[in-house]
Amino acid sequence: MAVTTSQARAIGRPTERSTTARGPMSRRSRSRVAVVVRVVVSVVVSVIMAFPLWVMVVTAVSGQSVFSSQLDLWPGSFTLSNFARVFQAWPVTAWFSNSVTVTALTTIISVVVSVMAGYGFAKLRFPLKTPLFLLLLSTMMIPTQAILVPQFRLVNAMGLVGTFWAVIIPGAAATFGIFLARQFMLAIPNELIEAAKIDGAGPVRIFWSIVLPLSKPLLAVLTLLSLMYQWNDFLWPLIVLRDPSLYTLPIGLQFLQGQYQTDYGALMAMTLITVGPLVVLFLVFQRWFVQGFATSGIR
Amino acid sequence: MSSAAALAAGESPVAPAGGSASRRRRRGAIWEPSALLFVGPSVLLAVAFLILPMLGSFYYSTRKVSPLSGTSTPRGLDNYTTMLSDPTFLRALLNTALFTVITVPLSMGLGLALAVLMNSVLPWRKVWRTVVYLPLVISGVSVGLIGTFLYNEVIGVVNKLLLALGANGGIPWQSNGFWAFTSVVLVTIWIRVGFSMIIYLAALQAVPGDLYEAASLEGANGWQQFRHITFPLVGPATFFLIIMNVIYSFQVFDTIFVLTNGGPGNSTEVLGTWAYKVAFGPTRDQGYGAAIGVVIFVLTLIFTIVQWRANRNRDVVA
Repeated sequence: MAVTTSQARAIGRPTERSTTARGPMSRRSRSRVAVVVRVVVSVVVSVIMAFPLWVMVVTAVSGQSVFSSQLDLWPGSFTLSNFARVFQAWPVTAWFSNSVTVTALTTIISVVVSVMAGYGFAKLRFPLKTPLFLLLLSTMMIPTQAILVPQFRLVNAMGLVGTFWAVIIPGAAATFGIFLARQFMLAIPNELIEAAKIDGAGPVRIFWSIVLPLSKPLLAVLTLLSLMYQWNDFLWPLIVLRDPSLYTLPIGLQFLQGQYQTDYGALMAMTLITVGPLVVLFLVFQRWFVQGFATSGIR
Repeated sequence: MSSAAALAAGESPVAPAGGSASRRRRRGAIWEPSALLFVGPSVLLAVAFLILPMLGSFYYSTRKVSPLSGTSTPRGLDNYTTMLSDPTFLRALLNTALFTVITVPLSMGLGLALAVLMNSVLPWRKVWRTVVYLPLVISGVSVGLIGTFLYNEVIGVVNKLLLALGANGGIPWQSNGFWAFTSVVLVTIWIRVGFSMIIYLAALQAVPGDLYEAASLEGANGWQQFRHITFPLVGPATFFLIIMNVIYSFQVFDTIFVLTNGGPGNSTEVLGTWAYKVAFGPTRDQGYGAAIGVVIFVLTLIFTIVQWRANRNRDVVA
């Protein structure tokens, strides 16, 4: 770090005089120009980033004008007919409630399992603790595509294919939550746990009435990350949910792509239904999401 | 709760004694049976649904699996030698490498630039930040589907926009391999840039402000400050991002599956989509599919180890 600063000093020297010659006033106006430039750049970036989502919303709530050669970036006439068409033709309500069921159950199981394991690895003494932890750590590198075939055979042998459990149980085996939980719980002071032990509390009681109440931020981050992950999960449900009445929203969406081809009014309406809940969740809990992405590297 | 906290605080003057006592206990072989209850379920799930299937992939990669009955017979290393003469696999391997080499630096470079921008004096910062992050929570299927609309050659918004801006013809986003690949890259950067920005922004906020103040007093201009202060200090974030982004790009599936499904021809086929098609498509060759899965895993593993070692050596040198 010391080296870095001295390097900067050595390089900076030649321009030093010119900066001081301009005086404080021009420097202030120069910084005002800089702020304006930054705002302009931010606006341009934001327009580009929001553009695909804007196109989706506009197309979903407009009449079927997508086939015209005209560029419509504003909803000409507001209508919900695209939604009505999709809902009438396909069991979208069922898909939505399937998504809610699968996401909720997987999230509950995986958060409970992760938090308990995190506590175990952070605060309890047991044999093979480090090797077991490294084993779990290494599973984070296993790509879904690398285990599709044996996982499918396993779930098939368990008789789960064609049921929600085929998605929920393997989905609950996501190990990233264990590391977040362990990291968080390492910071809980041992004195608190020792004191409770002296008071006669058993491990389950300590976990329930001391560790969990201190872990609310952890629970929030884990829950949101898991909700996002499961709501969007595609490849594995695509393989094990064969019956259209069991589809979750992403599978239904991909199925409708084949049905509607280029009827983008209908397709964008369905896309909006799929992404809407997560976008709302993100806007409300942005701080927790960002913290989760930053600490887990999951996305 | 509060009494426990007070107790802990009250204990702190005698912490040395308590500390050594607990250290002594930790060194002893006493173990808590409740650990089985707390750690057991996670280990069980990971072994059953991640570790055993991974070992299973190695096993099935040496088998021929019957598409209908699911029974398997030994095939030796034939599944691996098949790869060398499978043009689609070779193309998918090349495409995956290209896709990784292009998307990782681009999304990280843009992410760093945006992080520097958002870390500076900037009105309405929260709004801009939210907009850049938003695509992160959108599913790959939705992103791919929005992509098919944006890049549709006939009715797509991007070509209409280009015409409106005075281009004398649309871009063949779907019928030309190069442009299809470009569309996949653009969509990926759209959803990934926010992730790099989050990590870089966290790193930037840890850089002490007086470093810049000192450099600025010494007359270092903006680029010099970036080159000699910012860039070295976000090194650990860069290391982390290279690993996470390369793993993501290596395993890309949802977006490409929906946006191009590997086409036109096999110009956007990647290892992820090809492994799925082989194992669960019409051919249903699950032995070969498992072998491709093993290749994806081994490549991820090799990359992570190499990157880890390189970073450790760099730290030693520095």
